[in-house]
Amino acid sequence: MTLTPTSFSPAAAPAAAPPPPALIQLREVEKTYAGRTGTGAVTALHTITLDVPKGAILGVIGRSGAGKSTLIRLVNGLERPTRGQVIVDGTDISALDERALRHERRSIGMIFQHFNLLARRTAYDNVALPLEIAGVSSAAIKNKVMPLLDLVGLADKARRYPAELSGGQKQRVGIARALATDPKVLLSDEATSALDPETTEQILALLRQVNAELDLTILLITHEMSVIKAVTDRVAVIDGGRIVEEGPTFDLFTRPQHPTTRSFVSSITGNELPAHLASRLSAQPLAGSQVLVRLTFTGGDASQPFLSVLTRKLNIDLGIIQGNVDYIGGHPFGTLVVSTPADQAHLQALTDASRELGLQVEVLGYVA
Amino acid sequence: MWPDVFSPQILNLLISSFGQTLYMVGVSGLIGSLIGIPLGVFLATSRSGELFAAPWINSVLGLIVNAARSTPFIILVVAIVPLTRFLAGTSIGTKAAIVPLTIAAAPFIARVIEGAIRGVDQGLIEAARAMGATPMQIVRKVLLPEALPAITLALTLTVVSLIGYSAMVGAVGGGGLGDLGIRFGYQRFMPDVMLTVVIVLIILVQGVQSLGDFLARRFDKRSRF
Repeated sequence: MTLTPTSFSPAAAPAAAPPPPALIQLREVEKTYAGRTGTGAVTALHTITLDVPKGAILGVIGRSGAGKSTLIRLVNGLERPTRGQVIVDGTDISALDERALRHERRSIGMIFQHFNLLARRTAYDNVALPLEIAGVSSAAIKNKVMPLLDLVGLADKARRYPAELSGGQKQRVGIARALATDPKVLLSDEATSALDPETTEQILALLRQVNAELDLTILLITHEMSVIKAVTDRVAVIDGGRIVEEGPTFDLFTRPQHPTTRSFVSSITGNELPAHLASRLSAQPLAGSQVLVRLTFTGGDASQPFLSVLTRKLNIDLGIIQGNVDYIGGHPFGTLVVSTPADQAHLQALTDASRELGLQVEVLGYVA
Repeated sequence: MWPDVFSPQILNLLISSFGQTLYMVGVSGLIGSLIGIPLGVFLATSRSGELFAAPWINSVLGLIVNAARSTPFIILVVAIVPLTRFLAGTSIGTKAAIVPLTIAAAPFIARVIEGAIRGVDQGLIEAARAMGATPMQIVRKVLLPEALPAITLALTLTVVSLIGYSAMVGAVGGGGLGDLGIRFGYQRFMPDVMLTVVIVLIILVQGVQSLGDFLARRFDKRSRF
């Protein structure tokens, strides 16, 4: 059969199908707190619009006070928006009365920074709590709780009290508890902020696992870029109650647009210049000065030997000031700061040749 | 001197007074708890923004509780004689003494329970709300069980206070150990009876406190190492 242009009609191409509607949709949401007497109202969130696609892990990153706690609590109705809509799986959460909201919350699990486990209940009984609340029979609870403890790797700790568990184990119980009522959505409120880096990694791996195995949509908030890097598909950067940038995680890391995003990205990629160099940097070339250029390489570019290609092709000397290669979602992403004599023709040739190789080029300044 | 204490009459008086004290403290503690525990839970959960937010009712109840608690017990005993007569059918005797003891116990219990409930981590309430729990479910499954060690200590404190209060109801013929100590030890110049009463009371209070501490420790799962 001959391939004809008609066989590429949009109807026949699955890739052209419209994307499924997002599982969580925030529509121009605003949240204002009435001030105490004598002070004005405080606006925590300004017209936030955000979509979390079904099955995705979306991270919201922001500094403390940026409004991320308020944002995540809008999704399960712990906070009500002052304006706008919060839609979860087609249901407008913001329009529900208390009774309907309580029922809806069973399909939205939540985990917390300080775990919030009941101290006087064992791991088993903590996981059973949401089922008891939902009125599930104790026989059915038993069939549900043990597989969940197994899933989070704590089957042997069922009879232990939270005080007998480590931080990571407590958060595993928290995750099992959040999954008990088979939710569609998991909200993670700084779930790894109280854990050490190694435990954080294990908990994030568990989140990725439940995301994939249970087709669970995860919305997490954090102030740590390493969490965003390790686990999310998409990121929203929140600052002063506004989402200043949103997109696929890899794009945000490699091409941050907003200054807040840049500062978060540099906090983890370490591509801020060391202070002794940054303080000597000037915008204009001086006699005999060197120019500092940042080369950013992403994806497939990262594996080519561009440094030797550049030096050979341009016959120039490049000093390495700083460098870093990172992997985001399995894709390499690196930055390299190089120095070379500050000569305009020279610099132009370097810039052109680098762009030809698919690198991003940024002139940082000149040092004497 | 000592043989007097162990004379059959005095011994019988001691035993029956001990029984009266237990009876008064037990019944008033029980009825006081039935009123005070729900009241305390409500006081702890009804300020604005809380589970059963009703700030006005909270303030009014708080005022009533404070008024009851600031009235000296001996004045309370005589001030409510008509109420006592109405409820107990008489205004004198052990049964009658239970009325003022209960009225003193309930607001006391309400305040100590309020403190115990307020000691429960707010994060647990938030977690339970996020699971879809009703306010009543939060009280039954989170607040009361989590506060149980603190509630046990609070009720222990209440019982110890009631043992002290019960010594004053001799004023209305309530009987009990304190009354025995005053009438025989003080008014009839029998210091050995007074001393014995005091020793029995010390042992009783010590026993109640030890039992309370033991139970609170058993209920507390926070420190197992």
